[in-house]
Amino acid sequence: MESYIGILVLVAVAAIVCVAMVSLSWVLGPKKVTPYKSSPYECGVTPEGSARERFPIKFYLVAILFILFDIEVIFLWSWMTIYRDSEVSFQLFSFIEMLVYMSTWILGYIYAVRVGAIDWDETTSLDPAKLEDTVLPKLEAKPVLQPATEGS
Amino acid sequence: MPVQVTPDLMIFGLLAGLAAMTAVGVVAFRNAVRSALCLVLNFFTLAFLYFTLRAELLGMTQIIVYTGAIMVLFLFVIMLLNLGSLQVLDERPDLIKKGLGFLFGGALFGLIATQVVQPFLQTSQQFAPEGFGSPQAVGRTLFTSYVWPFEIASILLLIGIVGSILLAKRRI
Repeated sequence: MESYIGILVLVAVAAIVCVAMVSLSWVLGPKKVTPYKSSPYECGVTPEGSARERFPIKFYLVAILFILFDIEVIFLWSWMTIYRDSEVSFQLFSFIEMLVYMSTWILGYIYAVRVGAIDWDETTSLDPAKLEDTVLPKLEAKPVLQPATEGS
Repeated sequence: MPVQVTPDLMIFGLLAGLAAMTAVGVVAFRNAVRSALCLVLNFFTLAFLYFTLRAELLGMTQIIVYTGAIMVLFLFVIMLLNLGSLQVLDERPDLIKKGLGFLFGGALFGLIATQVVQPFLQTSQQFAPEGFGSPQAVGRTLFTSYVWPFEIASILLLIGIVGSILLAKRRI
């Protein structure tokens, strides 16, 4: 348990710093609220449309691929911690074993790249009917800056 | 058997209580994003429970995989489904459904209890020996006793990759 003290100190210091930064800026900072200031904004631009839109499935695909490769890498970690200090027979056996393991990993990676799973092009991931409505007009029309509707 | 309140027990009580409360929060909150954030906290406290049991590898894996990756996926799913107004989720109270729910829930609880209580009462040792759940020990066991499950896990992950791409991709 003693080995955790360093981590606990780090967590405590990080918590103190975070709480101090947030609470001090809240206490000391000037608060002049105008309707314009408290209106929602998006990257400095007035938002257009609802924020509660459905997201394209390509986000999900990237996330699930990340998880699967993440889990494969987790197994490498436990192997790396013992590889150097082991006897030669274990090193040889576990190395070949790891190569076999990694070959399926690489197979999955090649498949993901070949079929364009991490391709960000919407023409391959979106429903064709939806594609004509949403993506193509956006590509043609330039975004128009709209003047703020409330406040000044 | 009188229970002695030790610092270990207090830490366990704190973590277990927090884990149980956040688990209730996951099902009790009506807003899906709040439920998901409760789940983050639940995974996190579970990881700390693993640390107190000296299962370091499991605890770190819990944080990296579950709180890091799987929660992001959950949030993506919430955004994909786009749960609009919460009134849609309202259901008419159905006594048969409720009764069956309690019945099956109780049965599941009983099933788990029969498996857990007996070994729990027989344990005399409070902790696993030092280094029991360390990455070194797990790595050593993985390449001696559990080589085949390890390889099968990699094939399972490959199937997961191919399956998820096939399901989510419109045109391959």
